[in-house]
Amino acid sequence: MHDAPSQKEMLTAVKAFIDDTAMPALKGHAAFHARVASNVLATVLRELEIRPAAESAEQQRLVALLGVDASAPVATLNEQLCNRLKQGDMDLNTPGLLAHLKTTTIDQLSVDQPAYSGLPSD
Amino acid sequence: MERPGCVEELILRRVPGGVSVARNSEAIGLGTEANLLSCADGTVPAPKVIQVFEPGSDIGEAFLMNRIPGQTIARKILRDDDYRIAREKLTHQCGAALAAIHAIPTADLPDLPTSGGLDQLEKYETIYRAFNLPRPVFELAIAWLKSNVPSAVPPVLVHGDFRLGNLIVDSDGLAAVLDWELAHLGDPREDIAWLCVNSWRFGHSQNRVGGFGHLDNLLTTYEASGGRKFSSDEIDWWEILGSLKWGIMCMIMYESFRSGTDPSVERAAIGRRVSETEIDLLNLLEQRA
Repeated sequence: MHDAPSQKEMLTAVKAFIDDTAMPALKGHAAFHARVASNVLATVLRELEIRPAAESAEQQRLVALLGVDASAPVATLNEQLCNRLKQGDMDLNTPGLLAHLKTTTIDQLSVDQPAYSGLPSD
Repeated sequence: MERPGCVEELILRRVPGGVSVARNSEAIGLGTEANLLSCADGTVPAPKVIQVFEPGSDIGEAFLMNRIPGQTIARKILRDDDYRIAREKLTHQCGAALAAIHAIPTADLPDLPTSGGLDQLEKYETIYRAFNLPRPVFELAIAWLKSNVPSAVPPVLVHGDFRLGNLIVDSDGLAAVLDWELAHLGDPREDIAWLCVNSWRFGHSQNRVGGFGHLDNLLTTYEASGGRKFSSDEIDWWEILGSLKWGIMCMIMYESFRSGTDPSVERAAIGRRVSETEIDLLNLLEQRA
């Protein structure tokens, strides 16, 4: 399959159209939604960049934390983690748990809301 | 409304189409809200109710209240020079206003729902589980909240949404407390902690109280104004519950996109704000490990 233009190029072009052409021509509610749409495209662009490596690292941490089959997908592993937390088999004092959740959440926010005030400042 | 020599500005609060459809399953009706504002009159800065229209009236269920000038936009209140003096006073004014709300004799109040911390935890956990979108940080928070329930205090009138956005602030500070529709009988710490939830600090995280103040100062004024004595540690459980609730409220708004009820891009995008509450929860929980 072809990759010219790439996903990134196409999204960047649509975002530029919204920001430079559509948004200035819109008013009120429509202008607000155009701004949100532009932000959504920025989120997708960040996700394309960040997610592959972040999710692969998350998967490896989950395998170590749960002590399970290394081939399991992230969604399955997160379900298992949720069940163990719900049943009380893991809690705040489980070694490595908080560090894993914090790294995962910081990675997620670097996609979702990279300027959020709750992120650690460095 | 004109009287000789002056014009009085009023606000009409009315339900769309004159028929009461609560925006939120917990919301009290307009008539009850008007009744509450009258209970608050004299002790809590709030709009005065001028006239109430019953559900069967020509205009439908509604009430008239006086218009109070000032600002409600949080980012302006927290940043603009016009509110520099207001910001210095706001922590004490909020402490006094919360103490006054919590001191309204419950016998004088209209019929209100009762909702304690565990009631709310159960309600929001049920909503979250129904989405079938498991999030480990929420599981950790729910389990921690269940095993660390604070001892109960006698129920008081809880405003339910006391935060910037629902407060009118002028150059002299707190002018009025608005949006009483989530009022209920419950734990006074719920209101104090909701004002501290990081989402309601609007980027000014260093100031735990609403982005403008310090919790110890709020609690000191709260007690000096007749409220119970609370330590800042006692607020933590409620702030964790508050962040969890706001996270699940964001999921509820995203769900209206996922289900097709509201297919707007804005409802889709809010699903990517849930992670904000996850970092807030982790920041609070790691101090408890």
